[in-house]
Amino acid sequence: MPLKTEPVTINLGPQHPSTHGVFRLKVTFDGEQIVDAEPVMGYMHRGTEKLAEERSYVQIVTLTDRLDWVSSMTNNLSYVRTVEKLANIDVPIRAQYLRVICSELQRIASHLIATGFLMQELGTFGGTPLMYCFREREKILDMFEMLCGARVTLSYMRPGGLIQDAPPEFWERLKIFTSEMPGYVDELESLISDNEVVLARTKNVGILSDRVAVDASITGPMLRATGVRWDLRKAHPYEIYNSLHFEVPIGSNGDTFDRYFVRINEIRESIKLINQAVEQIPSGPIRTEIPYFFKPPVGTAFSSVEAPKGELGFYIVSDGGISPYRCHIRSPSFINLTVLKDLLVGASMADLIVIFGSIDVVMGEVDR
Amino acid sequence: MFGFGLFKGLLITLKNLILPSRLFTTHQYPDRKVGPIELAKFHQDWQNTSFLQFLFNNPIKIIQSLLGLISIKDRYPQHSRFRGQEFGWYENRCTGCASCAKYCPLGIIKIETSRSGIDLDEGQKYKVDVFDIDMGRCMFCGLCVEACPYDALFMGSGFEESKYFRQELNIDIDNLKNNDTKPSNWFRPQLEGKNYDPRGSGPLEWNQVGRHEKPSDTEQASKWGKR
Amino acid sequence: MNFNNIQNLINTLIPSLPSWIVFMSAAIFISFFVINAVVMTGALTVWLERRLLARIQSRLGPNRWGPFGLFTPIADIIKMIGKEDIVPSTADKKIFNLAPIVLLVPVLLVFAVIPMSSNSFLGQLNIGILFIVGVTGFNTLAVFMAAWSSRNKYALFGAMRGVAMLLSYEVPMALSIVSVVLTTNFILNIEGSSLSALSLVGIVEAQRIPFFILQPLGCLIFVTAASAEMSRAPFDMIESESELGAGYHTEYSGIKFAIFQLTEFLAPVATAAIISVMFAGGIRGLSIIPGSISLIAKIFIIVLIFIWIRATWPRLRVDQIMNFAWKFLLPLSLINIFSQAVLLQIFLSSSSISNTELWIIAGINWIIAAVSIFILAKVFGHKGRAKNIPIPSPLANMEFKSE
Repeated sequence: MPLKTEPVTINLGPQHPSTHGVFRLKVTFDGEQIVDAEPVMGYMHRGTEKLAEERSYVQIVTLTDRLDWVSSMTNNLSYVRTVEKLANIDVPIRAQYLRVICSELQRIASHLIATGFLMQELGTFGGTPLMYCFREREKILDMFEMLCGARVTLSYMRPGGLIQDAPPEFWERLKIFTSEMPGYVDELESLISDNEVVLARTKNVGILSDRVAVDASITGPMLRATGVRWDLRKAHPYEIYNSLHFEVPIGSNGDTFDRYFVRINEIRESIKLINQAVEQIPSGPIRTEIPYFFKPPVGTAFSSVEAPKGELGFYIVSDGGISPYRCHIRSPSFINLTVLKDLLVGASMADLIVIFGSIDVVMGEVDR
Repeated sequence: MFGFGLFKGLLITLKNLILPSRLFTTHQYPDRKVGPIELAKFHQDWQNTSFLQFLFNNPIKIIQSLLGLISIKDRYPQHSRFRGQEFGWYENRCTGCASCAKYCPLGIIKIETSRSGIDLDEGQKYKVDVFDIDMGRCMFCGLCVEACPYDALFMGSGFEESKYFRQELNIDIDNLKNNDTKPSNWFRPQLEGKNYDPRGSGPLEWNQVGRHEKPSDTEQASKWGKR
Repeated sequence: MNFNNIQNLINTLIPSLPSWIVFMSAAIFISFFVINAVVMTGALTVWLERRLLARIQSRLGPNRWGPFGLFTPIADIIKMIGKEDIVPSTADKKIFNLAPIVLLVPVLLVFAVIPMSSNSFLGQLNIGILFIVGVTGFNTLAVFMAAWSSRNKYALFGAMRGVAMLLSYEVPMALSIVSVVLTTNFILNIEGSSLSALSLVGIVEAQRIPFFILQPLGCLIFVTAASAEMSRAPFDMIESESELGAGYHTEYSGIKFAIFQLTEFLAPVATAAIISVMFAGGIRGLSIIPGSISLIAKIFIIVLIFIWIRATWPRLRVDQIMNFAWKFLLPLSLINIFSQAVLLQIFLSSSSISNTELWIIAGINWIIAAVSIFILAKVFGHKGRAKNIPIPSPLANMEFKSE
């Protein structure tokens, strides 16, 4: 007698342990196989773009902290660069170096979180690699506290430079950190990359082809995992990246393992970048003073930086007033999430979580 | 393959279990469990006794601490730039210009002023009648502190201002006046120059926190007196 | 202390009692003692697991209640009992309430036959190992009862995986037990012992050298299958918290959830007890140390290893788990039985047995284990990490200036 079977629809989220916030995924399962997946976004919509229209250009910096709350530095950087482009503000060289150091530190922190939570979703009980990642991230947060008094919502950058120069103890801690970190990364990698269970779970899971990735305008480690060598730091160098030497790590076939592997290698490259920047950094002012309620000329500007999760861009339309007429955010998490369905259909339930974790989204940035 | 990677992983977790440098990255708050040696050190701070003397004097405490029953107060070491909760405000420095209220991205600072009639040498100032900060909505971005032209407003250094009701989070002017002001060094290079640590040192008076020293009477007379 | 002793004690104290009352009162006394001891062990395991996991993860773990946080499990239990016991309105209430008990009882029953001294608690059960295999098979039923009756899709997913996995891993587990029984039977026959080869006391008696040395392959298979049976890492598919929330006990709360948790933490103790009896010589050990203490030490060490593994390895996917059972463990266990039978036939056909012969068998078994695992891994194994060579895609490659 043939058994009657029917697909099961499950609402994954908005409250679910591994949806990284409030993300809802309507998944139709045939047994363990996914036959359909429909992402539902917008549970965390806070209207950041609309709020920006009512705030002065300096005040918006505090809003950008809350976009991708594990990488506030790069959010700040992307925004202030757009304002500087809009109003033609010069940034002192020392501030540019400090910005690069900060954003590379933030990249390390963000990639550590991505790696840790990927491992958590692979099911290491209690998240041993996650705890190791957090242990290292904590050191970065301590350094951020030295810079600007906050650990997560930093608001460190201002149009025209930085709010404060780094205290002397920051440089000592940075030196210790950059000397110790490669060892920890090696240890983390040998804990994860050689593990047969991790390989079995991540190799050839959630393969994204380079054609699909480019067509869907995927950016960041997810794009580089498919083998496309595209990094804004190299392609359109901003700040002082021109004077620093680094590699762009790429993957081979764009599966979950490659995404993880690209991130781990990017941590190494970031440490190199920090070391170079610390060697080269000149002394001098760190801020071009601009008025608080300054009025940029009428016009538009778009500028983007290579955030840990991809290309983070701001598009600002100014009508000559003290606040932007329109502020659009091109957030990498949201755009990277658009290929979720392509990756999921045909995978199994356990793969769903791993694939979603490997995309590395932060819901604050997806819903904005 | 063959499970060698699995055993490598086991060795790494074992290494993290054993190596003392990998342990105790957690800070225990508000108090910390201590062993006998740390307990003796803690007591030595206020009793000038040696460890052996302490051991001899307090055998019960030593046994308790060996059993993990004794805890001492502890707080996470934080930098003096930490943007904390208790705002420090100096009435003597404040002119009531309300820059902070203007620059606050959330508009949670409410200032009402009246003519004070006080005609200082430096110029006139307003009398601040109302200075409310709605801490329930504050995000501690510090823009108000950055905006203050007379160094009258400072971030605090703590994070223990939680209350049971949202209304209690409203800080009014009496609260600001009566608090011990231990200003954070955030955006105040003059305090960093003095190596002031809000966690260790005592509260500062209004004439200690400015960007400049208070001008002497002769200086005042020469600068503003003719007016 | 065992059942017979207590029966005798009651008989001598009150001689005129009918035999069935003596039997019942002795049984109640001993089960009261065993159950309480075992549940306390479970609570201690909770503490041990949390502390050790925390230390491995460079955290601190619970350290507030009592010395080193030892009273934390008690606080946990009080909290659990104080919580509201929610039964979903669409649940099948009878089965929903029965499921935790069905899950807990087999674990407690296992301890009845573990020989803690020269005899087990309930006297000598001469089919002890069959009893264990039969009784632990119940957890499949309990998991499915819990999930199906709670009418939750996540729970159902967990149970679907669980039933498939638990049933599959029964097979290699039972087959690895067969080789143990085979060896025991040979050795006991030659020694002329009257003990049954299926009884745990007999298995302990036969372990002149511990069976994990004599048949490493069998031990490995049993440990793997047992950790799947109690659904611990890397086989914790049933309650994979990152995917299914809590798996089959998603809908449970309060005291019922406490029972699930208790079972989850008792299972490693029970499994460690079985493993130490079957493969590590049970009460055998140094002659200075009392037998029960050496058994407890062995259980402790094996539980530590389980916790260590849990802290390190991620979990496998459900199809990989099934593949592992049927393609890897089953052939291995068949090889194990076959080689063990042939070796015993060759070496032990004489009427006497020397330790040297056993050591030779052990050596051959180690070689067989290594070779068979190597071959099977080659055939079915994952291809491993080919040195990750980045392949640049032709799309949008940046022109690199030579630096």
